[in-house]
Amino acid sequence: MPKVSFTRALERFLAAPMVEVEGATVSEALAQVFARAPALRGYVLDDQGAVRRHVSIYINDQPLADRQRLTDPVEPRDEIFVLQALSGG
Amino acid sequence: MADRLHVGTRKGLFELVRTRKGWDVAETRFLGDPISAVLVDADGAAYAALDLGHFGAKLWRRDKGGDWAELPAPSFPEKPAEAKDDPHPWSLVKIWGLEPGGVPGRLWAGTIPGGLFRSDDRGASWTLIESLWRSPERAKWGGAGGDQPGISVVLVDPKNPADLRLGVSTGGVWASGDTGRTWSLINQGMYAEYMPPELAGDPISQDVHCLSRCAAQPNVIWCQHHNGVFRSEDAGATWSEVKAIRPAKFGFVVAAHPNDPQTAWFVPATKDEKRYPVDGKVVVARTRDGGKSFDVLTKGLPQKHAYDLTLRHALSVDASGERLAFGTTSGGLWISEDGGDTWMAPEMRLPPVAVVRFAEY
Repeated sequence: MPKVSFTRALERFLAAPMVEVEGATVSEALAQVFARAPALRGYVLDDQGAVRRHVSIYINDQPLADRQRLTDPVEPRDEIFVLQALSGG
Repeated sequence: MADRLHVGTRKGLFELVRTRKGWDVAETRFLGDPISAVLVDADGAAYAALDLGHFGAKLWRRDKGGDWAELPAPSFPEKPAEAKDDPHPWSLVKIWGLEPGGVPGRLWAGTIPGGLFRSDDRGASWTLIESLWRSPERAKWGGAGGDQPGISVVLVDPKNPADLRLGVSTGGVWASGDTGRTWSLINQGMYAEYMPPELAGDPISQDVHCLSRCAAQPNVIWCQHHNGVFRSEDAGATWSEVKAIRPAKFGFVVAAHPNDPQTAWFVPATKDEKRYPVDGKVVVARTRDGGKSFDVLTKGLPQKHAYDLTLRHALSVDASGERLAFGTTSGGLWISEDGGDTWMAPEMRLPPVAVVRFAEY
C-alpha cells in the first residue's frame, strides 16, 4: 500500500502522522487519509479540491503532475510526500 | 470601559489587559502565524482567523474560560460549469471581516475573494450567502491591494439584526434588509479618481476601505474611501464628502463613536500611491462636529521619521467611546483612554499589525 507522509510544519495545527492507505492514484490515497482525518483536507487542498498553491506533493522523487485533480497513478510501494513549498511563507 | 484588547499581527495574536500599571500582554497565541480577523462575542467566546501562507485560511475559537480549538473555516461550493467565466476563485483566500450577528450564536464572515458567510452555531458551520455570490454584478467587483475583491466590513444594525451593510473593496456598499436573502448596491455620492471620468461616480466602482457605524444612531455611517472620507445619514444610501479631513484624505480606517453620531476618528496617510504618514508624523484625526472640522491629535505619537501605516481593521474604539487603540504596519501600537487626546505605547515591539479590537466581554 502507498505510504503518505506530511510535512512536520503541520504538527502545530493538527496531527498528521505517516499512514499507509489503499489507492491507485494520489487522489484516492489522500481521500483515504482525509476520511480518517477530515480536518487535514483543508490544509492540503483548496475548496475546489486542487492542491493549495503553496503546498508541494511528490510521488517518490517526482513532483505531482496533476495539481487540479491529483490523478497521478501510484503503485503499492510508492511514497507520497505532502510538503510546504518554499513559496508562500 | 473595555479592559482587554486583542492585537492580531503578521506573527500571532497578542491579548493585552489593562492593569493598575497600564496595558500589558497577558497572553500570546498563534506565534509565527498571520492573523487576519479577531472577534470577542457577547458570550465571551473569542474568535481568531488565521491566514496561513501555505495551508490557507483557518478559524479558531476560545470559549470563555476554555482553550483555543479549531473550527471549520467557511468554504465555497464546487464551482459549477456555468460559472466557468467567473474571474474570481471559488475558494477561500482570507477571512477579512468577522462580526457578531446580533442574535445568540450568529456570526458573519466577509472574505476574499468576496463571499459572505453566515454561521448560526458559533462558527461550527458556515453557509455561503448564495444570493450575493451568484449576483451577476459581482463579476464587476475588483481587487484592491490584492488580486481579488473582498468584503472587508460587515455592519449589522444593532437595533435590527436583519439589516446589513457590506463594504466591498472594490465594489461599493451593499445592503440587505432581510438577513441576506436579497441584496442591492446602494451607495450614491462617492467618486473614484482611479476610474475613467464617466465611471467616477459608478457605485460599484467605489473602493470602500472601511465603514463604521454609530451604534446609537445606526443610520449614521462613516466611510474611509480610497479617494476620501464620506459620511451618510441614511444608512449608506447617499454619501457626502467630508472635505475637512486633514492632514490627508487618504487612509484605510475609520472608527465611529458608539454614542455620538458627530464624532469619528481616522488615521490619514499621504495619498494613495505613497501611503505613509504625512511628513513622517503619526497622527489621528478626530471630528466632533459631523466632519465640519477636525482635531489632529499628536500627543504621545511619534512626530519624527515615523512611517507607520494603519490598515483597515487596525483602529478600534470601545463601547464607552473613551478608549481607542490603533496598530501599524511597522508594529506600532498606541492606546488612548481619553478619546484620543493623549496616547500611550505599551512597551513592546510587535510584528506588523493587521487587526486591533477591544473585547467588551
